[in-house]
Amino acid sequence: MPANAVRISLSVNGRSHDLEVEPRTLLVHALRDEIGLTGTNIGCDSSSCGACTILVDGQSAKSCTMLAVQAEGCDITTIEGLADTTDGDGLHPMQEAFHQCHGLQCGYCTPGMILASVSLLEEYSDLDEQGVRAGLEGNLCRCTGYHNIVKAVLSAAGKEA
Amino acid sequence: MIPAAFDYVRAGSVEEALAALAEHGDEAKLMAGGHSLIPLMRYRLVTPGVVVDVGNLNGDLRGIGVADGTVSIGALTRHSELEHSAELADACPMLAHVASVVGDPAVRHRGTLGGSLAHADPASDLPAAVLALGATLVARGPGGQREIAAADFFTGFLESVLADDEMLTEIRLPVSGGGWNYQKFNRRAQDWAIVGVVVAEDAKGVSLVNMGSTPMRATAVEQAVAGGASAADAAAMAADDASPPSDLNGDAEYRGHLARVLTERALKAAGIA
Repeated sequence: MPANAVRISLSVNGRSHDLEVEPRTLLVHALRDEIGLTGTNIGCDSSSCGACTILVDGQSAKSCTMLAVQAEGCDITTIEGLADTTDGDGLHPMQEAFHQCHGLQCGYCTPGMILASVSLLEEYSDLDEQGVRAGLEGNLCRCTGYHNIVKAVLSAAGKEA
Repeated sequence: MIPAAFDYVRAGSVEEALAALAEHGDEAKLMAGGHSLIPLMRYRLVTPGVVVDVGNLNGDLRGIGVADGTVSIGALTRHSELEHSAELADACPMLAHVASVVGDPAVRHRGTLGGSLAHADPASDLPAAVLALGATLVARGPGGQREIAAADFFTGFLESVLADDEMLTEIRLPVSGGGWNYQKFNRRAQDWAIVGVVVAEDAKGVSLVNMGSTPMRATAVEQAVAGGASAADAAAMAADDASPPSDLNGDAEYRGHLARVLTERALKAAGIA
């Protein structure tokens, strides 16, 4: 580790981690390569596609556009931490909705889509179809499977698509 | 891509940030939310030797207050906080709306008003909005605090009057009423505006996004409306003083056309007949 490495403490999916990182380490690389949570995917690597979306203190963020050092003291949730595994089959309601509505094709965008959708429903009440589509503008599905993704989010919001 | 190597300073106060800037001069870059800086660093278009992180300086630097006809916004206030602020919805609904169309929700959770202004991108939404509102930008440096009129702040493409050893701390706006509108024209979701037009306070302020090397006031339009011109006649002058860029999204002539069309739409939506 170079001399300019920085020690950081962060919580990921409820577990504390102390890491020593180079300042230029992107958060997504720290999550995948240092902590070993590879559910967060890297897509465009340019803030456009949202495949690397995580929750930082409960709000969606693109982990390719954060330095790991910026996550000091933050509570991070990745796709691995969303399900409530303490009581068996505890899929998060958004995961359940994606499952029921078949809101995926190849699945590559799915972790980011689900976390962005969880954050979207927290932030905006009473979303309609247009609101969901606009709210997911930062997450690209290159299979173009948006129809069922939007249906899943509306279903999780308690609305029929 | 991964940024070039740099040293990292986490500032615990404005004073610590200013000391780090003073020490490292033009080698240093301030980082707030990082949503303009980190993409540039990843493409290695910017390779600072030192990044001074002010992102965790909350307190006075983050939040919105309204008193005596003035809205005070801490420089580290995030776009999503502007978007959802009940105070701002009352005191300056145009700015809350413009904040709500920046990037996408994830970007708005991290990006800050001060960071966006200091980045001084003529294609960004918020610089043009504060320009149309006649905002005052407050900066701190080694010599103390100074106030800068938004009209004097932007000097060139990604350039402002901020010195290497200064940081923005606050943005002050007059409480603004009257008709307002923002027309943001782009072809892809979450993209920058190819051209944008901000109308504030019944067109006392009209400004243009991505129509030159800086965000700019459309003074000919403002004067025409003040003189009683119709929306259509005033909008015809929207691009008169502009030198818009030509790029993959459109050439200068097309941008001029967009500015006129969008200005007419914005004026009409703001209630100018």
